[in-house]
Amino acid sequence: MSRKPYIRSVSTTSWWTVQPRYIRYMAREVSCVLIGAYSAVVVIGLLRLAEGAAAWNAFLECLQKPTSIAFHLLALAFALYHTTTWFNVTPKAMPIQLGETQLPGGIIIGAHYAGWVVVSVVILFLVGV
Amino acid sequence: MAMAYRAGVPLKDMEFVQYHPTGLPGTGILITEGSRGEGGILVNKDGYRYLQDYDLGPPDPWPRKKAMELGPRDRLSQAFWHEAQKGRTIDTPHGDVVHLDLRHLGEKKIDERLPMVRDLAISYVGVDPVHDPIPVRPVVHYTMGGIDCDIDAKTSLEGLYAAGECACVSINGANRLGSNSLTELLVFGARAGRGAAELASSTESHADEAAIREQAETAQKRVGGLVQRAGGSESVAGLRREMNTTMETGAGIYRTEDSLGQSCVTMSDLRQRYANVELEDKSNVYNTDLIQALELGAMIDVAEAIAVSAINRKESRGSHQRLDFVERDDKTYLKHSLAHYDANNEPRIEYRDVVITRSQPGERVYGGEQK
Amino acid sequence: MSERQVELEILRYNPETDDEPSFQTFQVPCPEDWVVLDAINYVKDNLDRSLSYRWSCHMAVCGSCGMMINGEPTLSCKSFLRDLPDKIRIEPLANFPIERDLVVVMDDFMNKLGSVKPYLIPSEQKAVENGSYLQSPAQLKKFKQYTLCINCTLCYAACPQYAHNEGFVGPAALALAHRYNLDSRDVGRSARQDVVASNEGIWECSFVGACSDVCPEHVDPAGAIQQTKIASTLDYFLDLLPGRNQ
Repeated sequence: MSRKPYIRSVSTTSWWTVQPRYIRYMAREVSCVLIGAYSAVVVIGLLRLAEGAAAWNAFLECLQKPTSIAFHLLALAFALYHTTTWFNVTPKAMPIQLGETQLPGGIIIGAHYAGWVVVSVVILFLVGV
Repeated sequence: MAMAYRAGVPLKDMEFVQYHPTGLPGTGILITEGSRGEGGILVNKDGYRYLQDYDLGPPDPWPRKKAMELGPRDRLSQAFWHEAQKGRTIDTPHGDVVHLDLRHLGEKKIDERLPMVRDLAISYVGVDPVHDPIPVRPVVHYTMGGIDCDIDAKTSLEGLYAAGECACVSINGANRLGSNSLTELLVFGARAGRGAAELASSTESHADEAAIREQAETAQKRVGGLVQRAGGSESVAGLRREMNTTMETGAGIYRTEDSLGQSCVTMSDLRQRYANVELEDKSNVYNTDLIQALELGAMIDVAEAIAVSAINRKESRGSHQRLDFVERDDKTYLKHSLAHYDANNEPRIEYRDVVITRSQPGERVYGGEQK
Repeated sequence: MSERQVELEILRYNPETDDEPSFQTFQVPCPEDWVVLDAINYVKDNLDRSLSYRWSCHMAVCGSCGMMINGEPTLSCKSFLRDLPDKIRIEPLANFPIERDLVVVMDDFMNKLGSVKPYLIPSEQKAVENGSYLQSPAQLKKFKQYTLCINCTLCYAACPQYAHNEGFVGPAALALAHRYNLDSRDVGRSARQDVVASNEGIWECSFVGACSDVCPEHVDPAGAIQQTKIASTLDYFLDLLPGRNQ
């Protein structure tokens, strides 16, 4: 018997391009880069605030440049994508069974969105909107 | 079965082949008896619950636990055959069918109790049982017969044990009841395992290495010969198709001397033609041409045993039904048939009395009418 | 029944004669209700007896016939030609070594399945005479979904982590461990931890979710793995409390 199993290689760089579901996955994962960058911007903003009015105003001016606005829109889009995809899978990660029936996934997802709205309202209130 | 058969163990009661009444046309995919257990009904092309015409009980009161549709499988398949003769079945491109109607169960019950049935019907015949009845027809399902063994799963060949569908203790007689195949596996599988373990641990090994090696080499030569054979005129697929056709036509739900005679002749002929099979695939790694050829050889031997056992049983009993011998003949045939392998001829058929311990054979009466 | 001319492009490989796999094309006349498996059987019966592949039940319960059909891990017996274009590319299941044609080497999967101790570990072994282990319908409902796995390994073919990390225990094996962990009759979760909660177990998973997408039985192994992550994390922190039973 002359077995010679053949091992097919999978590209480590372009594996995700072959199927739409992999592309969607990478988009979700890549969002962390943009969210990380956005967090860095926020931290820089805090630092500038601590440095005084001139530094703070310069920072605000920077934020209004077209590249900055483009970046923020992109970061927002990816953050929304990440959040919605994540919310949508929570029923699978934490199923809730009452008696013999599963709590409908929609309720768990809905609770997450509701929580998001509540937290957003609280924050907006705190910043005086 | 063929391995034990060729090694000298007889095949018992091979004429008893069960047709399951509800298989999908074309693929033959099984629609479980559970669909009738949950209340499904069988109707012909006029929407009539035809089983009431075949001594399986009255249609009403309904629903009830022992409804007609839960009659034994052999009787239901036979009823289908009669309906087909009367022209009351429905024509489809894959043969004629009757309808298994589950609509009255409702979507909720179907999804809860019969989700697989719903999926199979939608996928393979494009019918949603919630809205439409499922087309079904009898399909070959189970072999009551098999390797002759006793209640400890022991065969006449010392050290050989058999359990499950390949074996025939017999606990299923001429017609098996639903679910007993699974329980049979568990019970006799355990007994076979225990028996084999006991035998192995209690016996000194007398293995004659030289003799065993010689046997192995003979087997290797035989298989190697099959792989290397050149200039053969027969194809595995062709012989298989001919076998399927003759067995379905001659040894189906209803049999006659003529139909069985034809099958016996054809099977004997196929056995000889099998020697001319040439394999296209001569490789040694996962050669499925070889596997199919070996399986075909086994099927041909076993099919011949079925046909010859059937033609010799000149009565009707359970799943072995003959149009030329319609009554059950306990005087002559309250016996198990035993088919003994012959390398050059048809199998030799012998009989062994049925062992009766507690229940005497009675009349098969269904539908709640007890004697 | 009307027929359609379908072109099958099948990846062939014979280890005795080939250094690497290559495609071979077959023209198959197909009735409209056929599945890909029917077309492949036609090829073997009528065009090329040397084509090797696995199949058995032809009704999507045995899990034998998994293969890549136009790049998607699928059961060939449930892949309907009516849903496919006239050209169909058929390859052996991804992420497994090719034995021959469409047959892959399953050894790694079989080993991983065994490694999660996929059997009941009750708190005490009860002799048959002492009765059965009782379980309510609600307790059954908790793990029933994870019993439905037919070991078809489509999930391993879909998983990019398994593609790149051959040590990954994998979706089906982890879902099976979860099935036992959730079973009320079982107390074996800690016995399974060193394999399940290892770096090559649940923590190799980045929740791509492709496994659950392709699962023909809707077992949702991705969900099983995330649930196990949560349970393991809770375990980890609770174990830091003094006096907690292992």
